[in-house]
Amino acid sequence: MNALQIKNLSVAYEDKIVLKDVNISIPVGSLTGIIGPNGAGKSTLIKAILNQLPNKTGTVHILDRPLNPKDLIVGYVPQRNAVDWDFPTNALDVVLMGRYGHIGLMKKPPAKDKQIALDCLKNVGMEAFADRSIGQLSGGQQQRVFLARALAQEAEIYFMDEPFVGVDAATERTIISILKDLKAQGKTVFVVHHDLQTAGDYFDWMILLNKTITAYGPTKQTFTQENLQQAYGGKLFFMDQAKSNDNLVGER
Amino acid sequence: MLTGNLLWVLVGTILLGVAAGLNGTFSFLQKQSLVGDAAAHAALPGIALAYLVFETKELPILMIGAAITSGLSVYMIQWIVNQSKLKADAAIALVLSVSFGIGIVLISIVNQSTAGNQSGLNDFIFGKAATMAKSDLIWLSGSALLIILMCLLFFKEWKLMIFDPVFAKGIGLPVERLRTLLTALTVLTIVTGIQAVGVILMAAMLIIPAAAARYWSSHLGIILVTSAFFGALSGAFGTMVSSLRIGLSTGPIIVLVAATLFLLSFFFAPTRGLLSKLRKKKEFKQRRVAQEAMSHE
Repeated sequence: MNALQIKNLSVAYEDKIVLKDVNISIPVGSLTGIIGPNGAGKSTLIKAILNQLPNKTGTVHILDRPLNPKDLIVGYVPQRNAVDWDFPTNALDVVLMGRYGHIGLMKKPPAKDKQIALDCLKNVGMEAFADRSIGQLSGGQQQRVFLARALAQEAEIYFMDEPFVGVDAATERTIISILKDLKAQGKTVFVVHHDLQTAGDYFDWMILLNKTITAYGPTKQTFTQENLQQAYGGKLFFMDQAKSNDNLVGER
Repeated sequence: MLTGNLLWVLVGTILLGVAAGLNGTFSFLQKQSLVGDAAAHAALPGIALAYLVFETKELPILMIGAAITSGLSVYMIQWIVNQSKLKADAAIALVLSVSFGIGIVLISIVNQSTAGNQSGLNDFIFGKAATMAKSDLIWLSGSALLIILMCLLFFKEWKLMIFDPVFAKGIGLPVERLRTLLTALTVLTIVTGIQAVGVILMAAMLIIPAAAARYWSSHLGIILVTSAFFGALSGAFGTMVSSLRIGLSTGPIIVLVAATLFLLSFFFAPTRGLLSKLRKKKEFKQRRVAQEAMSHE
């Protein structure tokens, strides 16, 4: 079974084409990095998969079915700057939002769901901050709250948009261990990521993107100098060293 | 002394204050306060049109007229923003002034055709709670109770929809319908308050209690309760004071009471108020000075 199958997906903002002819299928249980230069359409791809964009053509199947949000099989971690952190609410409350789909409209969250939310906060090492208002959290802590909210969704497939951006080392370790846990539980995770230095270690599958898919597949076969150069165009430079001939330095 | 009717008026304006305090908090957090202002001004042409067409001063009919033009104004603001390069502030200002202008023209026509101010429609501009009839107050109270009930029912959905609409949609919440419902209730709040507070200052009842309450807590539940309390207090005080003197409009007094509450919150609220912030800054500076003195020794 495929976790994600996309056929002929194209997306346009007004008259500008942002994604063109995306065709991929990714197996269940993989931990996939979505990699590409700035403006490659990485976030757009996730939003298109999650059915959040009006101007798109093509089909997206998740676990072999068109996405229906009510199935509650998809968990989502948006970019941290996608929300107003000055909003008056606390950490536990945000995590509890991950349960709203299960709780149902107009109902008060039952104790059971509050317990799940609390457990998820504990999972990301934030239980001591449950009552803290979200505006007082550091960037890394906010990211962990978002991660805990996604865990509370108890989904099968997770999409995370740049979770590693601007976080401290402890948060980075937490995210990595959560990703491994999810994989061990047989879940499928997609992570938008832009740090090429770490990408090779974090993910076992890769999607290289620049407006369209330039390469995708298991990391070993996909994460090559040749493929990266194709995705990044001339923006990459490599350092030739005596021992390794493809020691990657980064985006110019 | 509290006469029978004044008691009814008080109940009505308190319920209105609670409804506007709750509903206003949601639209304040959604950064839609100014849309509420435009919608309130746009109620005026609806009132005048309903009066011209049906030749009656029955409050429910005037309220329906007001709701139609008020709702239309919200729709027009969105339409202008979607269809043109104009930003929301320009679209709001445009719709607000044009609809209020039309309203004033229509009211003048009504006043000319009915010998002076016999229609009493002028009272809808600044509000006249103290002399409202009991039947009108029953309409007002019923409508306010409905708004309060809806705000309690959809508390959790609106919270998520305003905080993170993309996530809300992702878990299957009907975000568009929830947003429309909130807008519709804002229009209903405005329509409910127009006779008591008036179209010009009705927006203040939505904005000021919510803005003041934000200083007292960073927890939405507490902010809602505080805002409802401030709204109720403003409504009650405004009504009492304006009933003391004949010819005093209710709207301005309510706004002045609400503004006083806002100023008190702005300066004296714990942790978020200005004085508390200044004190913390000073303490921080003193600690720094003390630390530096220690390190120089």
